[in-house]
Amino acid sequence: MTITSTPTKAPLGNPVAQKASGLFKQRELGIVLALALLVAYTAIDNPRFLSGQSIRDNLLNTAILAVMATGQAIVVITRNIDLSVGSVLGISAFAVATLMSKNQDLPMIVALLVGLGVGAVAGLVNGVLVRYGKVPALVVTLGTLYIYRGITYSWAGGSQVNADELPRHFLTFANDSILGIPWLVLIALVVIAAGSIMMRNYRVGRELYAMGSSPAAAELAGIKVARNLLGAFVLSGALAGLAGVLYAARFGTVDAAAGTGYELNVVAAVVVGGVAVFGGSGTVWGAALGALLLTVIGSALAVLDINQFWQQAIVGALIILAICADRLVAFRIARSLRKRDAHV
Amino acid sequence: MSDRVATLRSRLTSWDSIIVVLTVLVLVVASFSVDNFGTSRNFTFMVLDLLPIILIALPMTMIIVTGEIDLSVASTLGLTSSMMGWLWNQGLSIESIIPLCIVIGAVCGVVNGFLITGLGLPSLAVTIGTLALYRGLAFVVLGDGAVADFPFDYTGWVTGTIGGGAVPNVLILIVALALIFGIVQHATPFGRSLYAIGANAQAAHFSGIRVARTKFWLYVVSGAVAGLVGVLWTLRYASARADNGAGLELAVVAAVLLGGVSIFGGKGSLPGVLAGVVLLTALQNALRLEDVSGQALNIVTGTLLVLSVLLPNVTTAVRGNWQRRKLRQAAATR
Repeated sequence: MTITSTPTKAPLGNPVAQKASGLFKQRELGIVLALALLVAYTAIDNPRFLSGQSIRDNLLNTAILAVMATGQAIVVITRNIDLSVGSVLGISAFAVATLMSKNQDLPMIVALLVGLGVGAVAGLVNGVLVRYGKVPALVVTLGTLYIYRGITYSWAGGSQVNADELPRHFLTFANDSILGIPWLVLIALVVIAAGSIMMRNYRVGRELYAMGSSPAAAELAGIKVARNLLGAFVLSGALAGLAGVLYAARFGTVDAAAGTGYELNVVAAVVVGGVAVFGGSGTVWGAALGALLLTVIGSALAVLDINQFWQQAIVGALIILAICADRLVAFRIARSLRKRDAHV
Repeated sequence: MSDRVATLRSRLTSWDSIIVVLTVLVLVVASFSVDNFGTSRNFTFMVLDLLPIILIALPMTMIIVTGEIDLSVASTLGLTSSMMGWLWNQGLSIESIIPLCIVIGAVCGVVNGFLITGLGLPSLAVTIGTLALYRGLAFVVLGDGAVADFPFDYTGWVTGTIGGGAVPNVLILIVALALIFGIVQHATPFGRSLYAIGANAQAAHFSGIRVARTKFWLYVVSGAVAGLVGVLWTLRYASARADNGAGLELAVVAAVLLGGVSIFGGKGSLPGVLAGVVLLTALQNALRLEDVSGQALNIVTGTLLVLSVLLPNVTTAVRGNWQRRKLRQAAATR
């Protein structure tokens, strides 16, 4: 993404510069295209796939994954990774479910804030260890993946919070809608939009891209790397915490294993959505589209009556396809930039 | 003389040695204070628990030393386990299934190796992709069913001990493979080249090391070993299932990093990794005997993992501060 702004130097109508920026635009376009094809094919086979209920289900199923993918995309853009999100979801879901079952009158907004808070603290620990402990993000978040999950297990023991112990307004939150849009989807849309705008239009967003493109250069350029990095991890944690509240509201039953293995789905959504694992490129809304695509594949398989067991294999193939495509784009841009330099 | 003391001191305070000492300590304390920990029966169980992690950790150590990673190993294990059940249902003899499964594992490794070294894709992303792909294929092959009627000659061998004594059969396998990998990694030019690649792949390339080819073969070996472990896992539980070994990749990576291998490559030793694996398994085993939930142990695993990198960083920083202060004082008194 950082490169898209540089071709302005080239004279207007320069085909190479246009091609370079066009290719970047195509990255998200590719996912939209894949999504459209998939939906069209499935809908032709079974028109009910486009019914209101089916669309609603798909969006509800995407919401939680998309919220987490937003935070993950921002962390990955800074050339880091947060593997602890599944465990953060678990600890937040259990904390909020326990709190709500003990205090039936608490309003929903408190549950949301508690979830965000629990997640933010978990993310802060990750960020501090990465920045000040100088421990690689992969190691830190792999460690806290175990630690947060372990804390949840020690706390919960074998117990679980059941739907009948939770207050009604908490459970109906997942299905209630405003203006026809379910709250869950609305929250996800707000998170995605806010994340996209921050990363695209605000100084701090551009700084995060710069940090991912070249951490050393970003530091020399006077970017407040420490503040931004902590912010990215706190945000990723807080959004995973928020996802925990949504999870508890949607599924009603919460035990210590909630969200186990989600980290791989989230990373898969981000990678499929065109965020490069080495940072510096990709968009938040691309990652959200990735989450949507992965979810729709699952439900399309069910509608098409294809063996559900194929889903994971297809997701895997898609991840590999996505990184191959990124590689191809990067290769072509490098070549076109080389050509442009050769003319000078 | 003081040089030798200094190197001795730095060697003793290195994470490798700390982890070895910690492991011995846990083993000694546990065998005195935990009932049944020191029994030969428990020893067999511990070795069987150790088996998958320690075998997969051998090639994983080499891969991480070169600065790459392989997260698809547990899914390769699951796929070979599925294939083993499927082939057995097709009526193949177990003698031909076992080598075939190892080959299947190696083919999984070839795919990883090609994508990473042939196309130059990042190993983290590629192996997350193949993690999903291979596990998915495992489910495609066997669904959520299980195949369980493997011949007792083989299942019994995996869980049995030599002559019915105290030494489990699979321990020979572990020791043999650990010796081979240890010698290759620490006593051959090939092994040294892994460290060179991890320290600086470009410099290694210019000094005539075939970086891509080396990495490619590491992934093939990693896949083959995961295939072998898939066979052993299936025989141990006498059950071929698609979800066998799910999540094991993180345990293996945790054990390797805990053993003092740097995630950035170029640093780490096999003895440290072996100690890391034994430490994790022994702790888990002892806590289970004491009726502590195995999941609560996650806290210990995670904390050790973070500390394994954090502690050396902190000591370096503190030592640097201390030296700077000494220099400043020396300058002030002059």
